[in-house]
This record gives sequence, structure tokens and C-alpha cells, in this order.
Amino acid sequence: MRDVAIVSYAQTPYVASETKRNEVEMLMPVLSEAVDKSGIPRREIGFTCSGSTDYLAGQSFSFVAAVDAIGAWPPICESHVEMDGAWAFYEAWIKIQCGEADSALVFSFGRASMGDLPSVLTLQLDPYVLQPLHPDAISLAALQARALLDAGLGSEREWAEVAARCRRDAKDNPDALVKGDVDVEALLAEPNVVSPLREHTLPPVTDGAAAMVIAAGDVARKVCEKPVWVRGLDHRVDPHSPGLRDLTLAPSAKLAGEKAGAASKPLDLAELHTPFAPQEGILRRALALGDDVRINPSGGPLAANPMMVAGLARLGEAARQLWTGKGERALAHATQGPCLQQNLVCILEVA
Amino acid sequence: MAERCAVVGVGQTKHDARRIDVSQVGLVREAAERALENAELGWQDIDAVVIGKAPDLFEGVMMPELFLADALGGAGKPMLRVHTAGSVGGSTAVVAASLVQAGVHQRVLTVAYEKQSESNAMWALSIKIPFSQTIVAGAGGYFAPLIRGYMRRSGAPEDTGIRVAVKDRLNALKNPYAHLKFPDVDFDQVANSPMLWDPIRFLETCPSSDGACALVLAAEDAVGASPGKPAWVHATSMRSEPTMFSGRDQVNPQAGKDAAADLYKKAGITNPREEIDCAEIYVPFSWFEPMWMENLGFAPEGEGWKMTYEGATALDGDLPVNMSGGVLSSNPIGASGMLRFAEAALQVRGEAGEHQVDGARRALGHAYGGGSQYFSMWIVGEARP
Repeated sequence: MRDVAIVSYAQTPYVASETKRNEVEMLMPVLSEAVDKSGIPRREIGFTCSGSTDYLAGQSFSFVAAVDAIGAWPPICESHVEMDGAWAFYEAWIKIQCGEADSALVFSFGRASMGDLPSVLTLQLDPYVLQPLHPDAISLAALQARALLDAGLGSEREWAEVAARCRRDAKDNPDALVKGDVDVEALLAEPNVVSPLREHTLPPVTDGAAAMVIAAGDVARKVCEKPVWVRGLDHRVDPHSPGLRDLTLAPSAKLAGEKAGAASKPLDLAELHTPFAPQEGILRRALALGDDVRINPSGGPLAANPMMVAGLARLGEAARQLWTGKGERALAHATQGPCLQQNLVCILEVA
Repeated sequence: MAERCAVVGVGQTKHDARRIDVSQVGLVREAAERALENAELGWQDIDAVVIGKAPDLFEGVMMPELFLADALGGAGKPMLRVHTAGSVGGSTAVVAASLVQAGVHQRVLTVAYEKQSESNAMWALSIKIPFSQTIVAGAGGYFAPLIRGYMRRSGAPEDTGIRVAVKDRLNALKNPYAHLKFPDVDFDQVANSPMLWDPIRFLETCPSSDGACALVLAAEDAVGASPGKPAWVHATSMRSEPTMFSGRDQVNPQAGKDAAADLYKKAGITNPREEIDCAEIYVPFSWFEPMWMENLGFAPEGEGWKMTYEGATALDGDLPVNMSGGVLSSNPIGASGMLRFAEAALQVRGEAGEHQVDGARRALGHAYGGGSQYFSMWIVGEARP
């Protein structure tokens, strides 16, 4: 395997509703910033890969316009996944492993505010047996939370503490959307949105974009003072139907973590893609994260959850933590699908 | 250096206007099972699954790979979903091959599909967001002016497109999986079919189809476990360019030329017309055969139509093109690119049945998408590279 490192990262400030700029306009400054910071001239970046979904824009081929933001002239070697940007990162990493590129630009974007996101996500479910029942994303997460309570694997207080910690940590993140000091008792006094989930356990609907440049060994060392090395990378999927799974577990996250070698050395921090607060406990157990591992120092998805970007942002936020000396070894995780169906784990190290 | 990779299993569904006998699950499963059967492998032998399809609005399911994971044996495995517009079937195969070439997996199942009957593709292609340019009346409305541009530039005879359509529709009669079959098709029947988007006639147009295609790709060490002749991947290439800007040549796009040049260089090909035995290319409207012949470097600019006219692209010509009947005969959009790649593999495996080209040793598979701006291609061959 070739050594590959993250050499630059940029993201928009995350907002509840981006009404002044379209996707291309959102992407332009972020792409420029990531490329400029990388120190690799745009024309020398060997591969470009993006992640997004048509169902946020409500338009087929919505990613095609994004090509305008890349500066794809003369033509470039480029691909797109209808997945969170973390999987675009995976495809780019594969391309570098093939020896077909020495560097790659990875990006993703999403404006979830244009629709009713929980209902839009219902359209992600099996159209024959599940979608007709119309469970929305919050209701499915509530089923998962209820399963945790029933199994004695979590409590409403624990989830409120997770939310309070995330908002507190987000104060240090200029890009986060929901931040501040909150009282756990006050959070617990909120009414249920869908029992047992209260507002603070839900991800904020967020618009945003992120971009990253990754590079192989020598190139990374040449252009970057402190490359963030990819030491392990794997992703797995679980069966789709919530009825076929024990929702208190995330076997695909566990497997991906094992394959990525998460436990081979101690971790300083983990950026977990936990759209819903109760999922933090599930992932902590699946990934065997001890109490000494800082979880979501960026504030995590409870502070900003740009749909299709939040997974890639976990990689980027983990890299930012390592760049700023907050640790030497980090785990970044991404998920998509109902109730943590599909999971990616990446181990990042400096030095 | 990349690991070697070969196609060891090919499968496809019967393509049809409405496969109401199967769900989306049944459709992808049909193609995948046939590919596994062809490779003499089981679900447990597969390390990863790569799915491709065109816009999710075509079936009305957002990111449908999530619910298809179970049917494709994905549970516990890595699964990727590719979407690069009309070229997606090809790009999906390229991504699947790269998982093997990277040395990450031994055997990868890749599946592309579209079940167009579950919605209305014309509608899904025509909606626009505010303040952006509409793509007008489906794909035909978009591409007809480009064909006019080609006719004007090349001075090609007006009936070139008709001849392409007759050839491809005759080839489709030899393909048991083809959607459209016109047993008595001839020049007059195509010429007299209704004009849809001038100069594109009804019988010069691709259909809307339900269908799926699947490939099993294997690393060199795993090739031996499957009995058929492997179709070695000699080269893959992808290129993209923006949809519109001043001075962009949409008739003979630079991205297609660059992808072909990159492909031939990787495969060690200096004279594609001589060194490639047959080509299965993405021709959704008949005139795109001569246009792509030029874009792919098989003919000098302005002379692609001569290949059609002289019969060079016929099944018994010196460079047979679209032996399967092509996109004109079957068009499950998301799978259409992979079907091209699969036909190239079938040819070099000697498994193309009645549409087999004698002695096909090296074949090109080609796909394009968007406004002629996304290209993906591969060359597969009998010889281990």
C-alpha cells in the first residue's frame, strides 16, 4: 500500500439555510482554499472525486453543475459517488493506490434546507415494504434510541450530556452552527420531538460544502509540513431493513474499525458521524473507544450536520485537530443510511 | 504498480420496456446471479460490491444501493455507489476494476441497472432548478443540434444515421437479451419512421428500458478459479469537462479525445483502427456512431461517416461496432455503459454467441454522459497484459 496523507482541508462556515449562493457558488471558495493550501498546482492534481445526492437539490444530475466549480478545463480525470464525501475520499485513496494519481481533490456539498430533510430521507428506504409506511429519519432514530433504553445501553441524561458537551466544544469551532454553554437539566426539560428523542439529540439541518486534497508519500512530504497520514481505511454495510438488525449494534462499523486497525495503538480523539446523540454510545462500543478518547472535539454532527458532507467533514475536522497539536492519532468515522446502516472508518496519524 | 485485473464473469438481464415481473431487487439480482454463474463463483467469494446507476429520480428512490445491499450479498462487505451521468455504467466498472488493481480486493462484483418503467425519465431529465438552464425535452432535444453540427461540418450524407440504425437493429436480432427487435428492419422502415427531434427519427433513437448488467472482476491470483477465458483489463480511462463555456466543441469533445489518447497510451496502442478488433460504444442516437469514430481516433475528423457508409463498422467489417445492437436496442440508462464494457469482455472471452466477432482478441468498451462531457472507457484483451 502507498502512504497517503491529507495535506489540506477547507469547509464553508455551516449555516441553517444558504439562501444567497447555489451549490457552485458555495463550492468555489472552498475548492480554491483547499487547492491553494495544498501547495499543489490545480493542474497537477491527478484525480478529482465528489460526493452528493440529487435528492437534496431535487434535480437529476445535480452534481454535473459542480464540475463548473472545479475548473475542469482542459478536461480532468474525475468521478462522483452518490454517497457522503467520505466515500469519495475512499475512491480517491484507491486511485492513488492504483498508481494512477499521486494526488487527488475530494469534495462534497449539500443544501438540505431546500426540502424537509427527515421526509426526504424517507425516500431512501426500501420502496416496496418500508417506504409506504413513511417512517421519517427522526422516527427511525427514535426506534433505535428506544431499543437502547430497553437494553439498558443508554439514558436520556447521557444523551443530553453528549449534546451539551458537543455544543460546548463547538464554541472553539468557527464553522459550527449550534454552539454554546447549556444546562443538561434544561435540555432534559425539553419536550419530546419523537419519544424518546428531544430537540437537542437531533442534528441541525445544515447547508455546506467541504474540500480536501490528499497526496501520496513523497508529494505529501514535499508540499505539507505536517501531513496527516491515512494508516487504516475500511468501510462496510449492514442489511437495510431496521427489522433485520439489532439496532443497538453497528456490526459494519465494528468490522470497518477492526479492518482499519483502530485498536492497534491508542487513539487521542475520534470524530464520529453521529447525527443522533444516542448513536455515540453505539459507536463507542462498536469501535471499542475508551473513556480517554476525546469524542467529536469539533462539536460533531450535533453542532453541524451538512448532509453528504458531514462524513468527509469528520476526516477534515480530525485532521485539523492533529494539525493544531490536539493529538497524534485520530479515528474518523462516516455513516449513511437509516440507523447507521453503512459505516466508514479511517485512522489518521501525524508523524 | 497496479495489480492485474480480469473480467471472469458477465451477466445481464433480458432488457425490456417494462420488467413488471421483477422488482428493482429482482432485476439486479438476475444480472448478478448470472455473472456469478458465468464465473462459477458464489456470493461468499465476493469481497466487495460496486453499484452504478443514473439519476435516482428515475426510480424515485434516494440512494437505492442502501436497500439493494442485501440482495447483492453486500452485508458485511464494502459497497460503493457510483454516479457519473450516462457514462456511469462504464465508470462503475472502472471503479470496480480499480479496487482490484489497487490490491485491496481479490474479487469484486459490480452491477449497474435502471428500471425506467418505475417513473418517467423524460420528466426526470427535464426539470430544472430556478435560474439554471433547462435541458429541454429530454436527451434527444439536447443532442439533435450537435448532430446537425456534425452533419454541417463533415458534409456526411443525410442517410448515414439511417444506415447506422439498420446495422445496429440487425445486430440486435442476434442478441437474446436485446430489448428492441424489428425482424424485418430495413432502410425504408427506418427512413419512414416518424421524425422526433430533427434529424433524429424514431428508429434512430434509443428506447427506455428496464435492465441490469453485472461483472465479476478478479485479481490475477483469483482468475484461475473461474473456468472461462479471462478478459484482461488492459487499460481504463475517464475524463470530464464542464457542460458549457464559450468555444467548447460539443460535437467532438476534448474530454473524449483525451480519454481515448490516455487509454491507448496505457494499453500500448498506436494505431487503434488496426490494433482493436471490435468496439462497443455508447450510441444513443444513430449519428453518434460516426461522431465517436472520429472522437475515438478510428477515423480522421470529418470522415467517421465513411466507416459506416463503407460497412467497416458492420459485424463483418474491419472494425465491427456495437455488435450487441448497442444502446439503440437496449437502454437501461444506468446499465447502458456497463453493457458496452460487458460486450467488449464477452467478445474477447469468445462468449458473444451469434454476434461474436471471429478472432476478437482486443476490444474497446465506451460510455459517455451529461452533455457529451463525461467519458469512461476500457480496453479488454485475451492476452495477459
